[in-house]
Amino acid sequence: MSEQYTVIGTRPPRVDAPAKVTGQAVFATDVVLPGMLHGKILRSPHAHARIRRLDTRRAEALPGVRAVVTAQDLPAARDITRRLGEGAINFKFMCDNTLASDKVLYVGHAVAAVAADEPHIAEQALDLIEVEYEPLPAVVDILQAIAAEAPLLHPTLHTRSLAGVSERPSNLAAHYQAIKGNPAQGFAQADVIVEREFRTQTVHQGYLEPHASVAFWGPDGIITIYTCTQGAFAVRDAVAELLQYPQAKIVVIPTEVGGAFGGKNTSYFDVVAALLSRQAGRPVRIVMSRAEVLQATGPSSGTVIRVKVGATCDGRLTAAQAELYYEAGAYPGSPVGSGMHVMFAPYDIPNGQLDGYDVLVNKPRISSYRAPGATPACFAAEAVMDELAEKLGLDPLEFRLRNCAREGTRNIDGSTHGHIGARQVIEAAQKHPHYTTPLEGANRGRGVAIGYWGNWGSISSCTIGVNADGTVNLLLGSVDVSGTRTSLAMQAAEVLGLPLDKVHPTVGNTAQVGYTEVSAGSRTTFATGQAVIRAAQAVIEQMRARAADLWNVPVEEVDFERGVFYTGHDDRQTMSFADLAAQLNQTGGPITGVGNLDAQNWGAGFGLHIADVEVDPETGQVNILRYTAIQDVGRAIHPTEVEGQIQGGAVQGIGWALWEGYRYDANGQMLNPTLLDYKMPTALDLPPIEAVLVQETYPHHPFGLRGVGETPIVPPPGALANAIYRATGARMSELPMTPEYILRQMKVL
Amino acid sequence: MEKHKVRATINGRQTEFLCYPHQSLLECLRDILGLTGAKEGCNDGNCGACSVLLDGRLVNSCLVLGVEVDGHSVTTIEGLADWRGLHPLQEAFIREDALQCGYCTPGMLMAAKALLDRTPNPNEQEIRTWLAGNLCRCTGYDKIVRAVHAAAAQMQEENNL
Repeated sequence: MSEQYTVIGTRPPRVDAPAKVTGQAVFATDVVLPGMLHGKILRSPHAHARIRRLDTRRAEALPGVRAVVTAQDLPAARDITRRLGEGAINFKFMCDNTLASDKVLYVGHAVAAVAADEPHIAEQALDLIEVEYEPLPAVVDILQAIAAEAPLLHPTLHTRSLAGVSERPSNLAAHYQAIKGNPAQGFAQADVIVEREFRTQTVHQGYLEPHASVAFWGPDGIITIYTCTQGAFAVRDAVAELLQYPQAKIVVIPTEVGGAFGGKNTSYFDVVAALLSRQAGRPVRIVMSRAEVLQATGPSSGTVIRVKVGATCDGRLTAAQAELYYEAGAYPGSPVGSGMHVMFAPYDIPNGQLDGYDVLVNKPRISSYRAPGATPACFAAEAVMDELAEKLGLDPLEFRLRNCAREGTRNIDGSTHGHIGARQVIEAAQKHPHYTTPLEGANRGRGVAIGYWGNWGSISSCTIGVNADGTVNLLLGSVDVSGTRTSLAMQAAEVLGLPLDKVHPTVGNTAQVGYTEVSAGSRTTFATGQAVIRAAQAVIEQMRARAADLWNVPVEEVDFERGVFYTGHDDRQTMSFADLAAQLNQTGGPITGVGNLDAQNWGAGFGLHIADVEVDPETGQVNILRYTAIQDVGRAIHPTEVEGQIQGGAVQGIGWALWEGYRYDANGQMLNPTLLDYKMPTALDLPPIEAVLVQETYPHHPFGLRGVGETPIVPPPGALANAIYRATGARMSELPMTPEYILRQMKVL
Repeated sequence: MEKHKVRATINGRQTEFLCYPHQSLLECLRDILGLTGAKEGCNDGNCGACSVLLDGRLVNSCLVLGVEVDGHSVTTIEGLADWRGLHPLQEAFIREDALQCGYCTPGMLMAAKALLDRTPNPNEQEIRTWLAGNLCRCTGYDKIVRAVHAAAAQMQEENNL
């Protein structure tokens, strides 16, 4: 492939933009089918309770009500764990989370559902469902949940660990451990040791679009589901498993997705809408309210993290140790494993130990959130590294550079770094005008942090069809959650030698395109991009053969370059892509190219963020003066979109750092289930976010790209905590760093 | 419950519709009139995804009752462009890549239009202050602020011709 590109690296308008700026883009909540009913879900008011009695007869009798379902309508789920979406899911737990059977495990846990002619009738019907609960003691604090006397969420669940399965049942679902070298010896060699404990709160992905699905169980037995998801096949497989129904008879049509960030990897009520539709014989739409989104869909783990790191006087790390306690919510499966993986990944540390704990609490089951598990771990690690650098009298970037990981460095969890750019982002920061310009003024401080995310490859499929006018249709298995229709069409255009406007990308449904994993793990442009390249190459190979037939020459003599087929030895034997495309249907039939693969050798991403803040010493208010996010992205396919990913990710990390957090009372009631009280960043809270792309070709992708979407959410809390320390003299060990918390750390309150 | 007849100017056209007295303007636009550009993000006035103009004034349509717009004029995202082409704000949002998922975009554009109608040449702080009622979770706002700036500059230039 040529090194000089015509499409890769340019900044065309995104293909989905015109529909989105005119209000014409179709999201799941916009889908209307003939005769469609409106579904609503009855949810538990208790954080932990046994369901003694459930009577839906009065709701069924309400005029306008067409269907009512409960857990009784779901077939008994198999007690098996399968990979689905980004993580592994036990279907018994997934079934129980879809509609509770004998116990409710969090406020918002679904208990029953109704479909009616109008949404207001469905709401009235929910009030008529009689549920008798026996409230049980709830536990929402992570450390209390693993105390000996804690109320048990699942009385038959035991702790899994290297030692086997625990004798007693526990809310501690798993204990993972990794050791490198000799940690005790490493700490003995250290001249300086810093040891701290950190706490972070449960946060939500905060996508603006509440979950929505429209399902129709047709008389032909075909279940059609329009839904906002990161992966149509993940939804199809979940519904197929929960209903024990043939996959081919479930058609999942992914709509536009109004933000996801990991929170739309899973399926909450697609199957409920389908069951309601079967009973009513009509399509059913279910749309969540914001309170339902906050209380009944997967947030990200609250955590407790204990860190200890040692270094010598000359600034060399000798040992690191961490205990990570992550909330799983009501069912096992927190991202503590990736927290362990990323925690010290930017560093080369000879000795270390990591202990990760997956802890059940009476909160909704955790779902992925952009670099799942990484942000709290990075916050803890980077605050400690900053303190170590200060104690050693070293510039924080210089300290990181001295210890930075390289290709071949082994992490404490046993993984080994491939081709990475940790050093490159630190050096780019050292040279950046933001870092070289002194920050002046009282109550101001500058902080840095480096963050890591491993990214992903996995399974993708796509098809390219050639049209007679020289345009092509690109049918993608990957849902577009971040502009990937554009970045994937660009890769097709580059290979086919066509201008971008000749390539028309569409996201396919599960009946049209090959199996494709969720759009998650920053994998789509990387992995599906390679499927696209293969499909485009398959098109070219077939078109070369057709040209060879037309010219009556061996196929090896037909070359292809920049959209032109030719032979070297006859000037008349040259034809543009469009000219050949026009002849396909008359010379043997149409040509399509298919790309299927399981992408390996994906590249990890490092981000280094620099934050300048001013802290009001009387109110504790943090004002971010300047913010720069530097990231190694490999080659940027569409630099503007890459900048957008970095800016958006950084701002989610800033929200996590300063404002966002679930608050609960002792009974497990969420105190802030609105967007007024769960405070996400507004335009007014932020400065411009400067995104700096460090572009070094990544060797294991034909165009040299790395995944970019998740890394930018990882460093902000660390960078801001370190900046607040320089501004106030107070070290931060909790998120969110609210004004009240900062004043307490400053000993003003 | 009885439905009420509402007569209003929606995107420049005289429109009549029937709605329940408890239905919000957002529900009327989306479910009765088929204008699904305005989005529900929170239904309590905190996200701005349902922003429309009521007699030229920026409102959250989830906080206005359908019956309240009787005799008034409503402009939604569907009324921002006409057959001659996109509004300069829409063009600037495309050019500056000021959107990702697109769910907040209609509300964001209506809020930006309300700003430029009053303040044709806003500075960065004025833009950020005005847009503080519209949440965006994807972009970090950087490119949105730039797009509003660019649109304002373009509209000023066109006015000076």
